[in-house]
Amino acid sequence: MTANPLLDMVRGISERKIRVIDLTQTLSPDFPQIELPPEMGQCWPFRLEEVSRYDDRGLAAYWNNFSCGEHTGTHFDAPIHWVSGRNLPNNSTDTVPVENMVAPACVVDCAKHAEQNADFLLSADFLRNWEEEHGRIPPRSWVLMRTDWSKRQDPESYQNFDEEGQHTPGPDTDAVRFLVEERDVMGFGSECIGTDAGQAMHLRPPYPCHYYIHGAGRYGLQCLTNLDLLPPTGSVLFTAPLKIKQGSGSPLRVLALVWEGWADSPAPV
Amino acid sequence: MAKPLTKPKRKNPVLRTRAPMLPPAPRSRISLGLTSGAARGAFELQVCRDCGAVQYPPREACRECLSDRLDWTLQSGTGELVAHTTLRHAMENYFRERLPWRLGIVKLDGDGPHDAPSLIVHVHGDCAEPPARVRIRAMLDRAGQAVLLALPEKDTPHMSDDPQMRELTCDPKFRKVFVTDGKGPVGQAVVRAMIAAGSDLVWVGEAAPWKKIPGFEEIRALPEVTVVDLDVTNPDSVKRCAGQIGPKVDILVNTAEQHRAYSVGGRYGTENARAEMEINYFGLLRLAQEFGPVMMARGADTETNAVAWVNILSIFALANKPDQSTFSASKAAAHSLAQAMRAGMHRSGVRVINLYPGPLDVEWNQELRPPKVTPAALARSIVGALQGGAEDIYPGDVAKDWYERWRTDPKVLERELAHGE
Repeated sequence: MTANPLLDMVRGISERKIRVIDLTQTLSPDFPQIELPPEMGQCWPFRLEEVSRYDDRGLAAYWNNFSCGEHTGTHFDAPIHWVSGRNLPNNSTDTVPVENMVAPACVVDCAKHAEQNADFLLSADFLRNWEEEHGRIPPRSWVLMRTDWSKRQDPESYQNFDEEGQHTPGPDTDAVRFLVEERDVMGFGSECIGTDAGQAMHLRPPYPCHYYIHGAGRYGLQCLTNLDLLPPTGSVLFTAPLKIKQGSGSPLRVLALVWEGWADSPAPV
Repeated sequence: MAKPLTKPKRKNPVLRTRAPMLPPAPRSRISLGLTSGAARGAFELQVCRDCGAVQYPPREACRECLSDRLDWTLQSGTGELVAHTTLRHAMENYFRERLPWRLGIVKLDGDGPHDAPSLIVHVHGDCAEPPARVRIRAMLDRAGQAVLLALPEKDTPHMSDDPQMRELTCDPKFRKVFVTDGKGPVGQAVVRAMIAAGSDLVWVGEAAPWKKIPGFEEIRALPEVTVVDLDVTNPDSVKRCAGQIGPKVDILVNTAEQHRAYSVGGRYGTENARAEMEINYFGLLRLAQEFGPVMMARGADTETNAVAWVNILSIFALANKPDQSTFSASKAAAHSLAQAMRAGMHRSGVRVINLYPGPLDVEWNQELRPPKVTPAALARSIVGALQGGAEDIYPGDVAKDWYERWRTDPKVLERELAHGE
């Protein structure tokens, strides 16, 4: 061991004692985008247009222009995204403290419930039961709702619309208030297209996760994947959004570090 | 009587796909007046304002009184076939490949002060031996220029299956049609109309498969329909789609459209306007780049060749409707691009047909008063255009009215629209 734990960490990564897990969906034009009523302004899906591909547009280079909304693909929601967080300090992607971009995560496994009920709502009691098994959710940690929704590969079942709108799981009002007011979490993360459930416009208040999380200056992560590879506790997330001036959010690469232990080598002294 | 067209055999894949040849295209500037009428489906000849003589062929000065005041005027087109012949040898490759070809001379009916002119015309196979009563129709040929076709006085069975007629039309019968967006009401109506018109196979584009749109599952279930993924805002999707079905498209009908109804100040920012441009203009450009070349290569591919590209524009493309400002602008952009597409595609014989409908009876025109063009009526106009010989179609009363006003004086129309029509 060195005197610098960061170097220990890097060694741990190179020796595969610490696994780096990518929680990010690939930014692709085929990945579904949030769908709002047609009279509303729309957040753009990811689009890619070639600049050149070793051709008459540029013989030596392949490169693209891309366009997307701030809330496209796997993305970060800053507090300013919601009306409840609009007047908070450091509430946009350029002012979010960088210290908040590295934080531990708790993973709450709701996969079975979501499989049985696409409209499954994570409740405060569900979280309390989780705590009985895994311990109290530490302050300033992410709570990630694992639903295995990211395993739905085709856009139609991922979006899961019918005539009444989208049916995807999310937290209920009490759960969000519990996390914010009693557990002081860093934020809430989901595998679905929003942190709120698909039918959350009918909850009270509408979109409670957006309302309370951002109202408390906390963050959201959406369209996460690979949550099934994370332990319930003990992983650390890197969640740095693009530094967009006054940005309400941004696509980002979410990385998780998972401690695998020193099983194959001598334990650190 | 024309032999009814039977389903053509599949193409022999070991034989070369023949290059499209065109009938002779050069015309004098004056002669293009005939094309101008034919493009709208109108048979117009010059009539002397001073002596009333009807002119043929088009000319600079009156054949009777030398006046240069000649006005293009709609003709009834009735007349008598006085002579005919069947061409069995031709130096022009286009005709050489399509022999035999029937030609004739038709004496137009006339009650004017001067002798009515005699016309050199293509003759439909169902016209009786001369002397025979016929109707003259001005149609665009594969080169996009006006020619005159003599039709029998009354419609005959299977008339549209006549080989010469089929050369001048883009009939969907036994052809494969691609409707780029089949989810909206217009797309659904077009799919049904194409099937009713005898299309063999209708490819139907579907974007955003998670959106549940009423009626689309019924479209998907039709035996002639095959649904394909297509999002015209996504270059990769357009490329994939063209790679998948491009060589199997004889008629492309671009129904993909973004339509909102906002004045310049009615919708702050440009997000909505961009979305309209992204589909209505850039979408068309992407389709043209991916599907255009392969369709052009198939301009003479057997009896079921690639024949037509149909754009659904809007009469608002010619003059902006201020309360649908950005939609109008996007359609104006598409109109301009469609002109260039025409210039490019006419070399292959593929006809670019533009429709400029008045307001459609669809969601975003909810607040407009009738008359509005129903999707079914628009679809009928498309089929009519394909079965006819025109390239610019103005479906609906509003479109016809605006078009006449626009031709008369675009500035007057602009002012009237600025003050709410």
